[in-house]
Amino acid sequence: MKPQEYQKLVQENSAPRPLLKNVLWAFFVGGLICTIGQVVLNIATKTENTKAEASAVTLAVMILIGTILTAFGVYDELAEKGGAGAAVPITGFANTMTSAAMEFRREGILLGMGAKMFVIAGPVIVFGILSGFIVTLIKVLILKLL
Amino acid sequence: MSNRLGSQTLSFSQGPRLLSSYTIVGPMEGKGPHALDFDEILPDDVLHQKTPEKTERVMLEMAIEKTLQRNDTKIEDIHFLIAGDLLNQITSSAFAASTYTAPFLGIYGACSTFAQAIGLAAILLQGDFAGNVLIGTASHYQTAERQFRYPIELNVQHIGTNHHTVTGAGVALLGFADQGPKVTYATFGKVVDMGLKDAQDMGSAMAPAAFSTIKQHLKDTGRGLEDYDMVLTGDLGKQGRKMLRLLFSKEGFSGLERLQDGGSQIYGDGQKTGAGGSGAACIAVMGLGYGLNMLKSGKAQRILIVATGALLSALTVLQGESIPCVAHAVALEA
Repeated sequence: MKPQEYQKLVQENSAPRPLLKNVLWAFFVGGLICTIGQVVLNIATKTENTKAEASAVTLAVMILIGTILTAFGVYDELAEKGGAGAAVPITGFANTMTSAAMEFRREGILLGMGAKMFVIAGPVIVFGILSGFIVTLIKVLILKLL
Repeated sequence: MSNRLGSQTLSFSQGPRLLSSYTIVGPMEGKGPHALDFDEILPDDVLHQKTPEKTERVMLEMAIEKTLQRNDTKIEDIHFLIAGDLLNQITSSAFAASTYTAPFLGIYGACSTFAQAIGLAAILLQGDFAGNVLIGTASHYQTAERQFRYPIELNVQHIGTNHHTVTGAGVALLGFADQGPKVTYATFGKVVDMGLKDAQDMGSAMAPAAFSTIKQHLKDTGRGLEDYDMVLTGDLGKQGRKMLRLLFSKEGFSGLERLQDGGSQIYGDGQKTGAGGSGAACIAVMGLGYGLNMLKSGKAQRILIVATGALLSALTVLQGESIPCVAHAVALEA
């Protein structure tokens, strides 16, 4: 059998991913995390002086929650069901950092944990900043032209 | 070259045998449907070790010692130790071998290592280069995840064709004595690359390699699938098993009910392991556990063990290369 024929055979005989189920789970898991974030923000708005301070406190709390759930081995189970719903919020970002830190801790604090902590989070930061820059550039250009 | 049969098969007229063996599995494999086939089920997958890499090494050492004990053999009487695992530079095997005085041959065939080792051991015995050869493989879920995939606790959603690496080790002692199943044939496979690139579906990638080796083995020996009570492939998983059956039925083979797959069968349906088990230990514990028990109990007289390996690395996946695969077969007869 030729490779192309076989590739076609595999395609025809692969089960499709359960898209609807995955989307619904992502919606609910992502929604739950964001609802918790909103509750924290509402509380922080009362305790903090400015809006900026309140959102900073909220982010810190959500990162803490993500980190603790990762440390106890819960977050990956959450992501198994929730997919992008668990990966996209800031708790997911905390999970990428913490899981890498835990994984590479056994190669030492400096060259293991320290060096490899950003293995998965690194690209997110790099392309997050890059896309932020591009969007800002577009905004400025449009405002100048108008 | 009187020991050759057809174009790829070797025949062992001297009758090297599997004198003793030992299988160790982790707690998860111990909850699967084949739990009773394994010699030892570990209470945890740590074994008081600082790293999973050390645990993997220790499992291999434990299996080596138990295998020797079972046949009352001293390590000094072992002429070769052939072992392999999935880690870079096959460190688990090499480090385990450093504990022993036996000459060490480290081999890498990914998850096909087990059958490759038995085949090589039989060659050394048949050629009168050795009287006792020890072979073994080990793998660990956590070491394989970091080697080939992501940190354990990362937010990854697994899909139906993903495999779960078996935590365990299987070791066998081969030699000449009046006990244990005979190794009658070995067919070393060619590397087959069908251009598949999806590392999340290694079963589909490996199936053509298994098909190529089994087909060649049957042609060389003049046998059919029906001549074996069981043809046990290594870790094709549910998807790969489906593809292998398709390949056989497309070419008009009969006796497809003889095909079984270690990876598809090692875990139960409720264990959330995707397509099933994989790893160098998968076929080692299933072959030496389930396979040998079938021979011992008389439920089978003749089985073919076909270990399948995906010869990819984390690097080649990122570089967009396809997945070359290989399968090696050994025939065992009661």
